[in-house]
Amino acid sequence: MAVTGIKSGTGFAGAAKRRGAGGRPRPRLRNLFSFRWIAAAVILIGWFVYYPIVDNFIVSTTDQDIYTGEVTNVGLTNYDRLLQDPVVWTSLWNNALYAVISIVFQVFGAFLLAAMIEGLASEKWRRFWRAIYFVPSAISITVTGLLFYFIYQPEIGLLDAALRGVGLDVLIRPWLGDAQTAIYSIIAMSQWQGFGYSTLLFAIAIQKIPRELYDASIIDGAGPWRRLWNITFPLTREMTGLMIIVTITGAFQVFNEVMVMTAGGPNNSSQVLGTWLYQQGFIEDNFGYGAAIATVIFVVTMLTGIAQLIYTRRRRVQF
Amino acid sequence: MIFTTRQLPRSRTREANVWGVIAKAFLYAFLICLGIVVIYPLIWMALNGFKNNTQIFGDPFALPAGLNWHNYVQAWNQGVRDYVSVSVLVTVASGICTVLVSAWTAYGLTRTKMPAKPLVVGFVLGGLMLSPTVAVIPLVKMMQALGLYNTYWALIILYTAFRVPFSTFLIRAYMLDLSRDLDEAATMDGASEGQIFWRIILPLCRPIIVSCIILHVLFAWNEYLFAMIFSSDPNSQTLPVGLTSIMAKHGTNYAEVFAAMTISALPIVIVFFAAQRYFIRGLSDGIGK
Repeated sequence: MAVTGIKSGTGFAGAAKRRGAGGRPRPRLRNLFSFRWIAAAVILIGWFVYYPIVDNFIVSTTDQDIYTGEVTNVGLTNYDRLLQDPVVWTSLWNNALYAVISIVFQVFGAFLLAAMIEGLASEKWRRFWRAIYFVPSAISITVTGLLFYFIYQPEIGLLDAALRGVGLDVLIRPWLGDAQTAIYSIIAMSQWQGFGYSTLLFAIAIQKIPRELYDASIIDGAGPWRRLWNITFPLTREMTGLMIIVTITGAFQVFNEVMVMTAGGPNNSSQVLGTWLYQQGFIEDNFGYGAAIATVIFVVTMLTGIAQLIYTRRRRVQF
Repeated sequence: MIFTTRQLPRSRTREANVWGVIAKAFLYAFLICLGIVVIYPLIWMALNGFKNNTQIFGDPFALPAGLNWHNYVQAWNQGVRDYVSVSVLVTVASGICTVLVSAWTAYGLTRTKMPAKPLVVGFVLGGLMLSPTVAVIPLVKMMQALGLYNTYWALIILYTAFRVPFSTFLIRAYMLDLSRDLDEAATMDGASEGQIFWRIILPLCRPIIVSCIILHVLFAWNEYLFAMIFSSDPNSQTLPVGLTSIMAKHGTNYAEVFAAMTISALPIVIVFFAAQRYFIRGLSDGIGK
């Protein structure tokens, strides 16, 4: 790439000289002028997306005094502290839990649901169910988080009232106020909110499978389960793989629902990396340590990002 | 012999039909139950906006006594109106910027003789892999230095910068599929790059641009992390952040909080149902290509 740059550079100079002699500018100069189309994007992304990531590493090796604003270089001290911080390990565990449960419901569950919906005879009903299940995904996580904050509440909430109604009084508890159940309750809300989105994506993938494959297998006498396992599943494998990676990435960036529902409590039991970063960086004004936590998120999302890149580069399913 | 071979499949079909009907009944029952689990909480939210606090603390499954709009009016006047205007402003401004910048970039990357294209593609699309959470602390320092902290300008800039990679990805894929005949003919007639973009390519890309706008509206209307950190000032809060403020201020008046939540959810649900087609195209192009 550098070579191209140098070449166009000399082209530029050459063109300028020739123009001075009264000739038309050489095409090279016009090609360089085309950079104007991408300039805005490159500046914006470079300045506000790439540069902060680099700066984050620098901040993570410093300590800032809140009162004097004085910044001191502390090397890897923040990372040392990270390894010994029990809440970081709780957070990592909660993020991992988020990933695993979401893969079960929002990848495999959504795949089965999409297969059921796409198996319906009438297009009108297929469209209806896809749209209905999607509605929570259109609504902001803040609203759905607050809504479930109320649903999980013991006094006015739906959940405990429903449990009382069916005689399961033993299960009644303040779901978000109990350190045992807080993170699971948040994850459950997230499944409710997100499964319709992945169902829609799987439905789109299933629609791309040619009908003849199903017709042929019906003639061969294959039942619905055989068709699901032998045709639908293998031919949407690309989407499944992609969804697993995207889900893991999302699970390590979780912030909004935890912030709204418990803010990490009770007793830090539902902290995730994102909320712990916020707590340390913005509540306790410890930018350096917050940046070190951000580095952990960066490493995980970078690994999944690379996995995604390798995965999508591989040969696709061809029909 | 012929008789039996004909009869056998027929009886098998009948048996399959019985099982088929039972399976279908279970399937529909499942879909309906799941539908109720999804929709009922949302209806409960809207209905609670019509109740008063005594009713809310009563039977949670009870219907409201009547359509009392008081809480909705109250919520609207006590802040929701301002949050809605900030949200609309930020969503519209960042949406226009994102689509314009992305369309320019996609055009530069697909239709011009610009050098170093693969490098630029890698740079722009690489932005997809970087998460806002990781950038947030340096961005606060940066916005403070620029004097944009606690203004909606910070949100407009950041929403644009973080959404351009994805929108560019969508529009670029669409432009790659467009036939080159039209713009080649226009070049022969002496049209400039600018003319070709505004008069030919941009109009042709209308479907994908509509999809991009819908996806952007959904993102910007609902975004929370940046909105929360860059707008602690009440006058620049978007709806999601404003809702948590209402919750903190009027947390005991549950009915009003429910009304505010419903008001903030409704526009986006309407947008989704009205523009479903474009929305689904955006999604399927985004992840399928």
